[in-house]
Amino acid sequence: MTPEEQNFMRKIEAEEKIEPKDWMPDAYRKNLIRQISQHAHSEVIGMQPEGNYITRAPSLRRKAVLISKVQDEAGHGLYLYSAAETLGISRSEMIEQLQSGKAKYSSIFNYPVLTWADIAAIGWLVDGAAIVNQVSLQRTSYGPYSRGMIRICKEESFHQRQGYEAMLALAKGSPEQKAMAQDALNRFYWPALMMFGPHDSDSAHSQKSMEWKIKRETNDDLRQKFVDQTVKQIEVLGLDHPDQAIKWNEARGHYDSSDLNWDEFWSVINGNGHCNRQRIEHHIAAHDEGEWVRDAITAYNEKKRAKKAQQAA
Amino acid sequence: MSVTEKLELFEVFVRSKRGLDHKHVGSLHAEDHEQALEYARDCYTRRSEGVSIWVIKSSDICASQEDDADCFYDPNDDKPYRHATYYVLPDPVNNM
Repeated sequence: MTPEEQNFMRKIEAEEKIEPKDWMPDAYRKNLIRQISQHAHSEVIGMQPEGNYITRAPSLRRKAVLISKVQDEAGHGLYLYSAAETLGISRSEMIEQLQSGKAKYSSIFNYPVLTWADIAAIGWLVDGAAIVNQVSLQRTSYGPYSRGMIRICKEESFHQRQGYEAMLALAKGSPEQKAMAQDALNRFYWPALMMFGPHDSDSAHSQKSMEWKIKRETNDDLRQKFVDQTVKQIEVLGLDHPDQAIKWNEARGHYDSSDLNWDEFWSVINGNGHCNRQRIEHHIAAHDEGEWVRDAITAYNEKKRAKKAQQAA
Repeated sequence: MSVTEKLELFEVFVRSKRGLDHKHVGSLHAEDHEQALEYARDCYTRRSEGVSIWVIKSSDICASQEDDADCFYDPNDDKPYRHATYYVLPDPVNNM
């Protein structure tokens, strides 16, 4: 190991954070850019299915809540893009990579959102799974990423709670509403578990990421945490657990559960989910259609600057 | 060149309560100080996190280099008498 590498590993082992100007191995930088930008893209793409439901939310209160949540997701995208930018990649490069398909985002957003109950299930399960992951990432070794995660975790708890509350209203409502809630749970439970990524043994980036403390807990451990915490929540809703095999294992101190449909997982990751093409097309269209707004801001500011310069002269 | 590349990078500091220091909370892209201040309000104080915001162009910050930390700070390391704990006083008055 070179002296730089030694110094880097010393900081990692001593739980000191790595900061933007520190020397770091190229692979560490690359790995972080991949993970943080993927995380940022997920926040941004995640606004699409929820944004679609703002006009259809069943009450003014639910609309206001959903608008706040979508606005938060935009903010979370910004925190994460900023953290990735400290590693030497520009915002426009990252957006280019998203739009060309080079960079990924969370597969969960490639599942279609069919009813209002799906929006409730997304808040509860998808944001719930994201929180499990993000709580763990607060201790990531890269300073800007860690600080971003701390800020996001503070804001995100409301997302899960409002989702569960909306789900509870449906589950305790009419038989039709309860059926809607059960259907949404059945469809979103499995993809939510897939959000934690492949089994540790099949995860291309896991080992190095753990060694460098980019990730602090493995995919399977985080998934187990989520499985465990969700059992009680389903029970309180009075809904049936989608996994017939769910069973408390006294010896492990955890719930045993069915294995996931990994063929589906890889198929969606590789672009063949229901909504992959639609999500990216929409992102590109929104970006292109917003061009005139960005041009107008620049033109206005240039005009303002010229006026100021004139006044000063 | 896209608009975001032409925009400047700003660092945002928020005072959460009167009487406390401004604390760095993050960064954003904006055209000028005024716009940065408005964006900072929208991004970093959505839940009454602050009573005052500072925005500063990142390029205006002059920072010490962490790699030089040793020689930058060592003139202060050999002056233990600057710390209260350096002075050993008799027990009855040690809580001074």
